[in-house]
Amino acid sequence: MITKRRTPYLFLLPYLVLFTVFIIIPTVMAIGLSFTNYNAVQTPQFVGLTNYINLLTQDTIFLQYVLPNTILFSLVVGPVGYMLAFFLAWSLSQLTKLPRTILALILYSPSMTLGVAMTVMWRVVFLGNQSGIANYVLTQLGVITEPIIWMFNTTYIMPIVIIVALWGSMGVGFLAMLAGLLDVNPELYEAAAIDGVRNRFQEVFYITIPSMKPQMLFGAVMSIVNAFQAGNIGVMLTGSNPTPQYAAQLMVNHIEDYGFTRYEMGYAAAVSVGLLALIYAFSHVARMLFAEKD
Amino acid sequence: MAAIGGTRVNPKKFHKNQIPFYLYLIPIAAFMGLPILYIINHAFKPMDELFAFPPKFFVSHPSLINFQNLFQAAGTSSIPLSRYIFNSLLVTVAVVFLSVLISTMAAFALSKMHFKFKNTIFEINNLALMFVATAVTIPRYLTISSVGILDTYWAHILPQIAMPVCLFLIKQFVDGVPNSLIEAAQLEGAGSFKVYRKIILPLIKPAIATGAILVFQNVWNNIETSSLFTSSEGVRTLAFYMNTLSTAGTVQGQGMAAAAALIMFIPNLLLFVVMQSSVMNTMAHSGLK
Repeated sequence: MITKRRTPYLFLLPYLVLFTVFIIIPTVMAIGLSFTNYNAVQTPQFVGLTNYINLLTQDTIFLQYVLPNTILFSLVVGPVGYMLAFFLAWSLSQLTKLPRTILALILYSPSMTLGVAMTVMWRVVFLGNQSGIANYVLTQLGVITEPIIWMFNTTYIMPIVIIVALWGSMGVGFLAMLAGLLDVNPELYEAAAIDGVRNRFQEVFYITIPSMKPQMLFGAVMSIVNAFQAGNIGVMLTGSNPTPQYAAQLMVNHIEDYGFTRYEMGYAAAVSVGLLALIYAFSHVARMLFAEKD
Repeated sequence: MAAIGGTRVNPKKFHKNQIPFYLYLIPIAAFMGLPILYIINHAFKPMDELFAFPPKFFVSHPSLINFQNLFQAAGTSSIPLSRYIFNSLLVTVAVVFLSVLISTMAAFALSKMHFKFKNTIFEINNLALMFVATAVTIPRYLTISSVGILDTYWAHILPQIAMPVCLFLIKQFVDGVPNSLIEAAQLEGAGSFKVYRKIILPLIKPAIATGAILVFQNVWNNIETSSLFTSSEGVRTLAFYMNTLSTAGTVQGQGMAAAAALIMFIPNLLLFVVMQSSVMNTMAHSGLK
């Protein structure tokens, strides 16, 4: 072990400086700005809790669309995406190496294209005329007679955004869980079989999950972050912020709408803090579920 | 081998009891892979096939016309495509290199050295795993503007270097390096920097590869640093240009956008395929307690 006094700080310094400047300071600033009125030109004016009060009482768009959308979206893409990731990882762990690697690669690949490439692909699939793949297939199946203009139809925007987000959600957390599953000591399964564990369901709940809690927690945190980061999908697919009639408006989009379109930076900061609090709350639940008790 | 239902984790051989898993994994993988397969086909479709009705999934007469259009379209605007490619490569290589360098150094300190606030720093980094950059875009913009790097390459590079997930994964991996190796080297008179270079770095290659891939994906696909922190086209990246292209919406634009998407996607895929065993090796150490 290295115990010299200055050395550790020398090694840490570059990371800490950048971490502080670009992660800590912006977060602290967001909290500070959220108590002010700030239009990016004049000095911020302290207004106390006004922004938060307005957010929760006056902002009808936030209360009517943004908040319900965000909760629906994050519940589906977070927990459901997470369970799906675990289920797929577990299924893959039951296969031999080569097919497992190939299938894992295919499942993981959408998460690397999130962003630009993704938008292009899904726009072509959900093109609003007859030559869009989704419209064509549904017409052939006799489900619809007229092509659906997917990206302007408020009924479909949110489900499409959720599907695309789920499609891209098999990321780092999924890989971590797969690796964790493969790492569980096989003797545990044998012992469990002798002790009377009868089916796979019991095996997963009594052996697998308890022995890979740390990976489960890492996967959960990654799923939550992924769910909130994916907030731009709606804007990218429809090409407009706000999305048509706020159908897929999430908190991330609301922040940009207020911050960069209306220059109400103080108010946008209050929404940011709300979003960070929401992420923290989700992660806290995950921690309670999977934290090692010692 | 005692195993329930005749199957077990990480089997060595194929067994008929594995068939049910294939029955649902293959359709799901097909659903996940189809859009990518489609875009590959779309990118190589000549004009008449892009227009074709009924739309066709597979290309029948592959052509490079979309790629040609892409390069020409870029050529007629003020900035050539090669400039965006150059910018993207410069920024990505710089961030990946610097990020891996400073994350491995910090991971070494956090894992193998004793000092005050060590656990606090690691805990704060763990909290920052939840950091969503888009949530604090505005203060980030203000920070970058007060550092004075708006509209330069640094605006892409500096904000993206510190990546909590990267530090976390590498630190967990360094934990696995035996202390006895480090102590032996110190007995022979090696200083901390020598231990870092000669012992830590060679032993944590899988974690370095994983960190590099994650950073690469983040930076290569990022459009926010271009759209928010720069204003001149000359310093913007390929991802940003591709995104403006895909919003054009014409049929010709569609073909070009597909070609562009492919150009963006291929480096991601290749890197991951080459390094996947390192990645899986690192992920086994990824537990968060």
